[in-house]
Amino acid sequence: MINSNTFLIALRFILLVLVQVLVFNKLNFFGYINPLIYILFLYWYPIKQNRTTFIILCFFLGLSVDIFSDTLAINTAATITIAYLRPTIMRFVFGVNYEFQSFKLNNSTKAQQFTFLALLIIIHHLVYFTLEIFSFSNSLLILQKTVIIGISTLILGILFSTLFSSKKE
Amino acid sequence: MQQIINFLIRYKIFLLYLFLLLISLVFTFQSHSYHQSKFLNSSNYISGSIYAFSDKITSYFGLREENKRLVEENKRLIDKLFNNVLLSPSRIDSTSVNYEIIRGRVINNSYADQRNYITINKGENDSITQDMGVITDKGILGIVENTSNSFSTVQSILSEKSNINAKIKNSNHFGSLVWKNSTDYKVVQLIDIPRLVPLTIGDTIVTGAMSSIFPENIPIGTIKSFDLDNSKSFYFINVELFNDMTNIGNVYIIKNLNRKEVLELEAETEANDQ
Repeated sequence: MINSNTFLIALRFILLVLVQVLVFNKLNFFGYINPLIYILFLYWYPIKQNRTTFIILCFFLGLSVDIFSDTLAINTAATITIAYLRPTIMRFVFGVNYEFQSFKLNNSTKAQQFTFLALLIIIHHLVYFTLEIFSFSNSLLILQKTVIIGISTLILGILFSTLFSSKKE
Repeated sequence: MQQIINFLIRYKIFLLYLFLLLISLVFTFQSHSYHQSKFLNSSNYISGSIYAFSDKITSYFGLREENKRLVEENKRLIDKLFNNVLLSPSRIDSTSVNYEIIRGRVINNSYADQRNYITINKGENDSITQDMGVITDKGILGIVENTSNSFSTVQSILSEKSNINAKIKNSNHFGSLVWKNSTDYKVVQLIDIPRLVPLTIGDTIVTGAMSSIFPENIPIGTIKSFDLDNSKSFYFINVELFNDMTNIGNVYIIKNLNRKEVLELEAETEANDQ
């Protein structure tokens, strides 16, 4: 059980990085919309796991995407930020429920899943574009990119999570 | 002591987060200066091979167009060659060669970020080093930034760090080519042209002679619009690129054989000055 779980996480890691750099980084919809779909790794990651491992994994996830897309370490910083904030977000979205042993992402309502994903994306993109653009004179551009690319990531994220949701339940 | 250890254990997640954040911020900001981080770039072996593999597959879809472009370029070169040879039979000997051209292929290209990089499939094994110019048949593309054994990354002219010497073709006034409006990948900006220079929309912009990276007179683009900048004494010119930055396949890397000599001389002059 543990092994198959670890294997699944490793497979997800590799596939998401490859899909991100080979497909979505080259999408350039309307010239600049490249959804950052690899965030789904944090959405899918099991809840009852060691937080230290999780943050370190996310660090390497961001780093791999950064190396491929020549974005310095911007993805890394944004990814570990949401990895660190994930329990807080979950408590906010799911209430105290999520701390129970029986809690599963699939058991929660669609609205809760949606909010959870949306919050992850908003925080990630805000950190990402703030670091990328890094000037307050362009704060409008930061917001514009966060909103537009965030929406595209959200739409694709929902599509992907519905497509690959586990059918065990 | 006990309390310190307790504190560390209690906040270990937060401390780990801060530590990792610090690492990534250091990586990000140390390279805001001039050269991109030595470690974090796509010219390394793994990402290079993956991009090369993906290019092998996707390049088939553009072969017809690529061929057309190459034939066009050949035609233009043959035109030049015949016209020149008929006027003065030129003789090529190795002492008069200033530039060496290496051909390469783009395996990864970005144009939607603030600092865009292009990965090409030639590296140190093909005698590529930092600060070589990269062009296509249509015009200027960027400057080599990092190299590995068989791949290199090129800082695109679509980068806020990019700064290239350029001039107006007919009047020879020169300025700097930069990228300020970082959402439009078709337009770059030419600054530092004095206001007394007569400009017309549609004038051609080419590379200037002050660069030790690019030869003179490589096409860049045409003037799309111009306006005075804040100081009211210089123009701020929007230049529409000849190159379609979204569609680049084959590139030429320019090795300036005199670059070392030029740089040494300049450094010497500067040292004498002080």
